[in-house]
Amino acid sequence: MQPINTFQAKAVALPIENIDTDQIIPARYLKVTDKNGLGEALFTDWRGEPDFVLNQPYAQGAGVLIAGHNFGCGSSREHAPWALQGFGFQAVISTYFADIFKGNALKNGLLPIVVDAATLARLTEQCLANQTIDVSVDLANQQVHVAGETISFPIDAFSKHCLLHGVDQLGYIQAQEAAIQAYETSHAARVNTVGV
Amino acid sequence: MAKTLFEKIWDAHVVQAADAESPATLYIDLHLVHEVTSPQAFTMLRERGLTVRRPSQTLATMDHSTPTTPRGADGIIPVTDEIARKQLNQLIQNCSDFGVPLYNLGTENQGIVHVIGPEQGYTQPGMTIVCGDSHTSTHGAFGALAFGIGTSEVGHVLATQCLLQQKPQTAEIRIDGTLRAGVTAKDIILAIIAKIGVGGGTGYVLEYTGSAIRALSMEERMTICNMSIEGGARAGLIAPDEITFAWLKDRPHTPKGEAWDAAVAYWRTLPSDEGASYDLQVVLNADELAPMITYGTNPGMGIPVTGNVPAPSDLADDSQRMALDKALNYMGLQPNQPLIGQKVDVVFLGSCTNSRISDLRAAAKLLDGKKVADGLRMLVVPGSQQVKRQAEAEGLDQIFRAAGAEWREAGCSMCIAMNGDQLQPGQYAVSTSNRNFEGRQGKGGRTFLASPLTAAATAINGHIVDVREIL
Repeated sequence: MQPINTFQAKAVALPIENIDTDQIIPARYLKVTDKNGLGEALFTDWRGEPDFVLNQPYAQGAGVLIAGHNFGCGSSREHAPWALQGFGFQAVISTYFADIFKGNALKNGLLPIVVDAATLARLTEQCLANQTIDVSVDLANQQVHVAGETISFPIDAFSKHCLLHGVDQLGYIQAQEAAIQAYETSHAARVNTVGV
Repeated sequence: MAKTLFEKIWDAHVVQAADAESPATLYIDLHLVHEVTSPQAFTMLRERGLTVRRPSQTLATMDHSTPTTPRGADGIIPVTDEIARKQLNQLIQNCSDFGVPLYNLGTENQGIVHVIGPEQGYTQPGMTIVCGDSHTSTHGAFGALAFGIGTSEVGHVLATQCLLQQKPQTAEIRIDGTLRAGVTAKDIILAIIAKIGVGGGTGYVLEYTGSAIRALSMEERMTICNMSIEGGARAGLIAPDEITFAWLKDRPHTPKGEAWDAAVAYWRTLPSDEGASYDLQVVLNADELAPMITYGTNPGMGIPVTGNVPAPSDLADDSQRMALDKALNYMGLQPNQPLIGQKVDVVFLGSCTNSRISDLRAAAKLLDGKKVADGLRMLVVPGSQQVKRQAEAEGLDQIFRAAGAEWREAGCSMCIAMNGDQLQPGQYAVSTSNRNFEGRQGKGGRTFLASPLTAAATAINGHIVDVREIL
């Protein structure tokens, strides 16, 4: 994974609450065996509407999505962050994210930025009034600079460290080999699926 | 210190404890794999020259993109979708290359991943179980900590049998009282989600307690835990008890003899201790519950079947009002209208929520000697090949067929609509599955989630009914 520290991007607003993973990418696009090309299927059923935000010329090249409350609820499909990144998004702003989506996003370098409800409402309003707003993200300082204000956002220390340094989480677990072996030695396997 | 069931399982699986900088490393006892969320993880293993650390703690099946159309004269289930076929073949190749056991399409134990794990006795109390599938929460019915993971994490578990995890908070969902006739486990969980909302459980593991939960069968408990994710919780838990042990005993992969006795002795230590505390408590009374049905485009938009669709104008919050307005527009419903009498085009009985033998029996009892309404299509999709055989041995397939319903092969079918089974744009369905998101059951399709009883009663009448009136 490429390290992330600071980036600047154009934000667009999609002020709908509880945007689920079936909207982000419908299941019929999950028959692929790789990660490529999913950006074209992002919000594909909503993109059938000419007025949908991502169909507008001003939304092209957007890197930040300002969404409604509770973004990413539903399934565990990692195709959701893959599709968002495939379109060009580097971050999503919401008041909170579904647990599995958030974990998937962080592992792929898509930043889930949590803000309070009043801040989200303000950003959404500004964005809708201007079609887009320019956002500057500073991960090290956990800040978003937008429309003259600085907004702090939380992120767990480990995810932040991994994003800042491009740390591979699998490599981090593999480095615990001695502890894993010790656990397996002291705990007999509870199932045996081989030979079924 | 008094511990919850969750804390006991968590503590027993910590390989490396969390500290201020890092999450805990948890050991995973059982990893379930299916064709849709695993290919990119196996590709990662190949790219890095890694192996599957514990093939004997890994089990693969096919369920999501598999057709459920009847077998041909050759006994084979035909896969006509070339992209799906490629994905299924990829799973066969991956399992072969990495030594992972696979229940291949149409073989005797194949089925929906969350049906076969318990059915074969792999799912046991006190275990940690993961799968690249959000409905892994189902297995929590046995007092196992079970949750869905993404494909990156599938790769982590394949390679190391471990996961990095931030410790979630715990919530007790307490349901005392007695369910009335016609009210089922599905109605309990739909009522819970209607109460807490689709995001209400975010960050929590839910433990379901109370006399109404203790009275449920294992299959009913699975229905409840299955939909924990629809309230935003990654996992649901129900403490193991005599009902759990009786259901598991003599399953193919549960311990036998003295090992069984030792396992049960351990399982008896798992229930939450007296005085254990939760971060949140939610209370419902089973006596007050009615059959539930959803009217909108997420599982939290549910009402008693006799209720009226809510009106956006009654909501003070802008975001909620816009969401309800959007949902009713998609569903083609009017504010304040009743759902009783709503015409339905399709009834789907199936999915990891409600496709087990008891679900099929409940629906068959209502359909016995009756006909599905003219013009209505009913699909009955057993959760596994074993459920299918059992139903056929009991003659349930004959009841469904005689009623005019389609009797299918095992799989996820119309719950996820990526396998040929899907709604047409604009169609209304009463579905026993778990998600009513826009397009979930087919682009433009409109879903009412309900119990198998409500689904069967609707199939007979051609429109939504209160099943209590025909019991």
